Amino acid sequence: MNFDYSDDQKMLKDEARKFLAAKCDAKVVRGVLDNADRAYDEALWKGVAEQGWLGVAIPEEFGGLGMGHVELCGLAEELGRACAPIPFASTVYFVAEALMKFGSQEQKAKWLPKIAAGEVIGAFATAEGKGPVTARSIGTSVSGGKLSGEKIPVTDGDVADLIVVLAKDGLYLVEKGEGVSAEVLTTLDPTRSAAKLTFSGAPAERLGNEDGIAAMQAVFDRAAVLLAFEQIGGADKSLEMAKEYALSRHAFGRAIAGYQAIKHKLADIYVKNEVARSNAYFGAWALNTDAGDLPLAAATARVAASEAFWFASKENIQTHGGIGFTWEADPQLYYRRSRQLSLVAGAPATWRERLVSQLEMKNAA
Amino acid sequence: MDFNDSPEETEYRATARTWLEKNAAEHKAMNHADDMAAGKAWQKRKAEAGYAQITWPKEWGGAGGTPIQSVIFGQEEAKFPVQYGYFTIGLGMCVPTVMAFANDETKQRFVGPALRGEEIWSQLFSEPAGGSDVAAIRTRAVRDGDDWVVNGQKVWTSGAHYSDYGIVLVRTNPDVPKHKGLTMFWLDLKSPGVEIRPIHQMSGGSNFNEVYFTDVRIPDAQRLGAVDDGWKVALVTLMNERLAVGGASGASPKEILALAKDLDAADGPLIQDSAFRQRLADWYVQSEGLRNTRMRTMTALSRGQTPGPESSIGKIIAANVLQDLGNAAIEAEDQYGIINDPALLPLKGLFQGAVMNAPGLRIAGGTDEILKNIIAERVLGLPGEIRTDKDAAFKDLAVGR
Repeated sequence: MNFDYSDDQKMLKDEARKFLAAKCDAKVVRGVLDNADRAYDEALWKGVAEQGWLGVAIPEEFGGLGMGHVELCGLAEELGRACAPIPFASTVYFVAEALMKFGSQEQKAKWLPKIAAGEVIGAFATAEGKGPVTARSIGTSVSGGKLSGEKIPVTDGDVADLIVVLAKDGLYLVEKGEGVSAEVLTTLDPTRSAAKLTFSGAPAERLGNEDGIAAMQAVFDRAAVLLAFEQIGGADKSLEMAKEYALSRHAFGRAIAGYQAIKHKLADIYVKNEVARSNAYFGAWALNTDAGDLPLAAATARVAASEAFWFASKENIQTHGGIGFTWEADPQLYYRRSRQLSLVAGAPATWRERLVSQLEMKNAA
Repeated sequence: MDFNDSPEETEYRATARTWLEKNAAEHKAMNHADDMAAGKAWQKRKAEAGYAQITWPKEWGGAGGTPIQSVIFGQEEAKFPVQYGYFTIGLGMCVPTVMAFANDETKQRFVGPALRGEEIWSQLFSEPAGGSDVAAIRTRAVRDGDDWVVNGQKVWTSGAHYSDYGIVLVRTNPDVPKHKGLTMFWLDLKSPGVEIRPIHQMSGGSNFNEVYFTDVRIPDAQRLGAVDDGWKVALVTLMNERLAVGGASGASPKEILALAKDLDAADGPLIQDSAFRQRLADWYVQSEGLRNTRMRTMTALSRGQTPGPESSIGKIIAANVLQDLGNAAIEAEDQYGIINDPALLPLKGLFQGAVMNAPGLRIAGGTDEILKNIIAERVLGLPGEIRTDKDAAFKDLAVGR
C-alpha cells in the first residue's frame, strides 16, 4: 500500500509547476479571456506538446511516453492550478482515452501519435441540449457511414480536428471538414471555448462496438478522475489566493486572516480540498490499474472535487471582498473554470446518482 | 499510488487473519464486568502474539512493526466483534508519555502491564473552567517534603471509573503565565483523597467522570518532566491524541444504505428517493475521503514523517457525518423515529445512538471550532487568536463560568 505520488512522479509534477509558472501566468489566461476570437493559447499548447505531456499516458508504440495515468493525474493537477487555457482535457482525457479504450489497432496507430505530438486537437461531443445525456436525449444518428445531428455544447468543438461523437448506436470518429460546421458559443468560461456542432452527412467511422451511453460513460469515468485532479489544482490555488489576500489585507487594525470567521472559512476549504485529494488518489489508482472499482472511484472523486472547487472558488471571491468581484482581480478566473469543469463531463447530481447506483451494485454483489 | 497490498503486506494480512480466526472469541451480550474481563483477556492474547501495539519497539513489548501493518491488523480485527475501547487512551496517549518522561524503573514497572491489558490508564487534563483552554488548570499542587499535595477537580475523564492509573496535569506555580506553572505526574487512582464520580451523559451512558482531589499526596518521584514544565509533557500526550482519537465508528453510509432498502418512503423504498440518494452520495464521499486521508497519513508515517495537524480533519468529518446521517435515518423512519428502544429499532437503534452520541464526538478531543483554528493556524499559517492571558500571571486572569 502506498497512498502518495512516488518521488519520480513528484519530480515530474514539480517540473510541470515550474514550467507553467513561467509560461502560464494570469496574463496568459487573460489573453484568451479578453479576446473573443482566441479559443486557446497557441504558444502554451505548443510548449506543452514539446514537454511531451499530451502523450504521457499514451503507450510508446503509439508515440507517447508510456508513463501511466498517475503521472497524467499529476500534470492535470498542475494544469488546473495554472488555469491553463488550452484544449488539453478534450484532447487527452476524452479523445485519447476514448481511442485507447475503444480504438482498433489502426485507429490508435493513426491518431494517437498525432495527439501525442500536439498535431491534433480533439473534442468529445455528447450533449444535445439541456439536461443529462441519456439514451432518449440523443438524436444524432449514422446511416451508411454518414453522421447527422446537432451537438451543443461541445467544448473545443470550434478548434477540434478530431471529434468523438456520441450517436444513437455508439461512438464515432469524425474529422473536421466535410459535413461539419461549428458555431462558437458564448460561455461562462471563455478561457475554454465551446461550440455548437452541426453534422450533415459527415463521414464517420465507428469507434468500438459498445452501446453508446455505456461507451460514453466509460470515457466519462476515465475523464472524471483526470478532471478531478484539475479541479483540485484549481481549488488549491483558490485557497492559496484567499490566504495570501487575507494575510495582506488589513481591516479594523489587523490582518483579516486573524479573524476567526475568515480562519474557519479557509479551514473549511482546506478540509474539502483534502477530502477531494484523498478520493482522487484512490481514483488515480483505479484508473491506472483499470480496476473494477473505477466507476465508483471515479464518481467519488468527481463529486468530491466538484464540490471542493466550487466551494474554494466562491469563498475565495468572498474573502477578497469587493475587489474579488472585479474583472481585474484573478479569483474570477477560477470561479469560471470551476463551473466549466463541474459540468463538462456531466453535472455533480448525475454523478451522485451514478455513485449510489454503483454502491448498490457493490453491496448487492 | 498503490492501494493493493505489497507481497509482504499480503502475507502479513493472511497471517493476522488466520490468527484472528483462531483466537477471536465470540462476543456475547454481557454486563460491564464481563465485558471488561473479555476486553482484558483479548488484549493479553494480542500482546502475546505481537498484535497489541504493533508499531512499538520490541523492547517495550511491541512488534517493531510498520504503521501499515498496524492498519492492516486493525482492518482485519474490525471484522470480528472483539474491539474494546478500554485501552485506547492509556496505550495511545498516557503510556507513550510515561515512556518519554519517566525513569527506567517506572517504565519497567508499568509499560508491560498496560500493554497486556492488566492495568488501565486515564488522562486527567480537563477541568470545569477549562473547556478548550486546556492550560487553564486550577487544580493546585503544593510541595510538602518529598510529596506534592494536590487539591482540585478534573472533568471529562474518560474511563476513570475503571482505570488503575492516570497522568495528571496540575498547577504548581500560579505566579507565572498559565503555560509556565504546570507540572505533570502519574498517580494511582486508588490513592486516598481521590474521588471518582461518573457523569451521566445526554446519550444515557456514563463514559466520563468528574475526579475530585482532596489533599491527595503524590510523591515527587512520580513527576514526569521538570517542575513547572508540564505543558511540554502535555503536548507529547496531545500529539499522540490526534493519532489515537478520531475514528468514530458505528453508523456509516453502508448501514443507512441497508436501512434505505427496507424502509418505505412516500413513493416506494427510500433508496429510490432521489433527494435521499443525493445526500447518501455526499456522506459516502466524506467517509471515503476520511478513510483515504487516513491511508495518506499512514503512508507519511511509514516514510518516517510526523503526521501533522492534518489529522484534525478526520474528527471534524467523522462526527459531523455521523450526526447528519443518523438524523437522516431517524427522520426517514418518520413518526417511528422518535422511539429509542433498541429492541424495536433497525440495527438495534444504531442511528438513534448516532444522533445522541454525535454531539459529544464533536466536542471530545477538541471541538470542531478548535480543530478549525488548528488547521487555520498550524496548516495554513494564519495568525493566532488575540490573547490577553499570554503574559499575565495565572492568578491575575479573569475567571468566568
